[in-house]
Amino acid sequence: MAFIEVKGITKKFGGLTAVDSVDFEIEEGKITAIIGPNGAGKSTFFNLINGFHKPTSGSILFEGKDITKIPVHKGAHLGIARTFQTTHLFEQSTVIDNVIVGHRLRTKSNLFDAIFRTRREKQEEDKAYEIAMASLEFVGMAHLADTPVSTITQEAKKRVAIALALATGPKVMFLDEPAAGINPEETDGLAQLMKKIAASGITVCTIEHKMQMIMGMADKIMVLNQGAKIAEGTPDEIKNNPVVIEAYLGGEAIAEVN
Amino acid sequence: MDKIFNHRTLIALLVVFALVFPLIYADNRYVLHVMTIGFIFTISVYGMNIIAGFTGQLSLAHAGFFAIGAYSLGILTTRTEMNFWLALLLAVLITSAAGLLLGAIALRTKEHFFAIYTLIVGYLIYLLIDKWDGLTGGIRGLIGIPIPDPIGPLNFESATAMYYLVLFFLLLSIFIAVRIVRSLTGRTYIAIRNSEELAQTLGINTKVNKLISFVISVAYAGLAGALYASLTRFIGPDVASTNMVFNFLMYLIVGGIGTLSGPLVGTMLFVWLEQFLRSYQEYHLLIFGPILVIMVIFFPTGIVGGFYRIKAKLQQKKVPKDNKYFNPVPAKSTKK
Repeated sequence: MAFIEVKGITKKFGGLTAVDSVDFEIEEGKITAIIGPNGAGKSTFFNLINGFHKPTSGSILFEGKDITKIPVHKGAHLGIARTFQTTHLFEQSTVIDNVIVGHRLRTKSNLFDAIFRTRREKQEEDKAYEIAMASLEFVGMAHLADTPVSTITQEAKKRVAIALALATGPKVMFLDEPAAGINPEETDGLAQLMKKIAASGITVCTIEHKMQMIMGMADKIMVLNQGAKIAEGTPDEIKNNPVVIEAYLGGEAIAEVN
Repeated sequence: MDKIFNHRTLIALLVVFALVFPLIYADNRYVLHVMTIGFIFTISVYGMNIIAGFTGQLSLAHAGFFAIGAYSLGILTTRTEMNFWLALLLAVLITSAAGLLLGAIALRTKEHFFAIYTLIVGYLIYLLIDKWDGLTGGIRGLIGIPIPDPIGPLNFESATAMYYLVLFFLLLSIFIAVRIVRSLTGRTYIAIRNSEELAQTLGINTKVNKLISFVISVAYAGLAGALYASLTRFIGPDVASTNMVFNFLMYLIVGGIGTLSGPLVGTMLFVWLEQFLRSYQEYHLLIFGPILVIMVIFFPTGIVGGFYRIKAKLQQKKVPKDNKYFNPVPAKSTKK
């Protein structure tokens, strides 16, 4: 049984086929990357697995369970986390206050607990705080816990967003262009972090444009072009695949890769 | 530690002030009445703050629900001669039920569509009250709403007694609002305000949470409306008017939307300002208008938010990286 299995998934927006009958498997504990030119359907593919879009046809299995039609928040409960290209953090709040809510889905306190401040509420608040701190520790941002998000760097925000996703206790993490808008040195740091996440047992699946980063860390790459899967394999196989070179990499990118 | 101490002292001082206020103005029913009305509006604005300020869904049906609370109490006590306290409880429950029903429909829309939709819902409630003569007395309104029934030796015949009763409900309302906002439930609402998409990926059922938050806010409006009916003893369809909801919104924005003390500051400021500007009649809007515009441009989080921002800037100059810039959930959880 594959960890995540995508079977013949298709998404049409009116006359446009954004994702065209893609079959794909994600292996547990590995780093999987999805690449492709702009408009290739990468983000749509992510949104399909995540539940933001419902596919026109096809199905998605997560640990053997059909998750094609479940709402986004249910997916999170099963252990599917994701980050966005724009981090969506609340700028006016501190870093820790942003991350604490990540553990909310594993807590049971309701309105009654809130108003009467029951023991369960207090215990779960403490737990949420501990998990948030541990997540920040994991991404190396614990020292910024009490700093307002508005004052930290772009790279720090990306890391905090990853910490927030980690706090949900995921089995798999989908990262949508985690290295967009940050410099090469910081990109290396993020690649290290992704390896660390995978090493801790959480499967990583990422969309990325930075080839060097992908080739250095991915276990498996899928290439999308105009909604269809045109190649799949290890970084070396992808680098030498003539279809990929023709459709996507081009002369310039080869120079960069090599 | 210092800061918490100051906070607590300030709150204690305010409560003491509110408690001794009727003693200072014992012979001035008018001042007491204005203060009591101010408290009632504050309760309503706290409710609006929960859905609009913390959950980020601007509901403009708030005056409509305020009116449902007022009319529920009015009709139950005048038509069926029900015990006041039972009627008060029922008024809050009826308003909440109406909120649950209308909220479930209204929350299918988002952002400005939600605001427009609820504005229309509010207006429909107004029309319903205005036209349904048989039940609501239509444009003539409901008269002779009784004062609260005595509880043992306590009776509510004097203005002072009503003042204390409303003050009790105000303090209870603020207490519950603070508890909710600082809890995991409150964090859930703030996460939804921040980004619904992100909240969903964090496993938050945004539909259910928005609906609960909406019902809480509506219950506040219902309680405030019921108290209002009992205080003024006469209600007309005007309590559901669009003017009313924009007054609430003005109090909330100027006081500080999404802050815990904003509703109190904003409502008290305007209720008293309105009294002082009474002699200028309609021209008082010439003063309110510019205040609102200036606030929205320079202090989008109102007086309270602006205060925290200035304070944070001053602190930042002294000690960098120790910035408490408008944090709705301060102290305890962040400092351990």
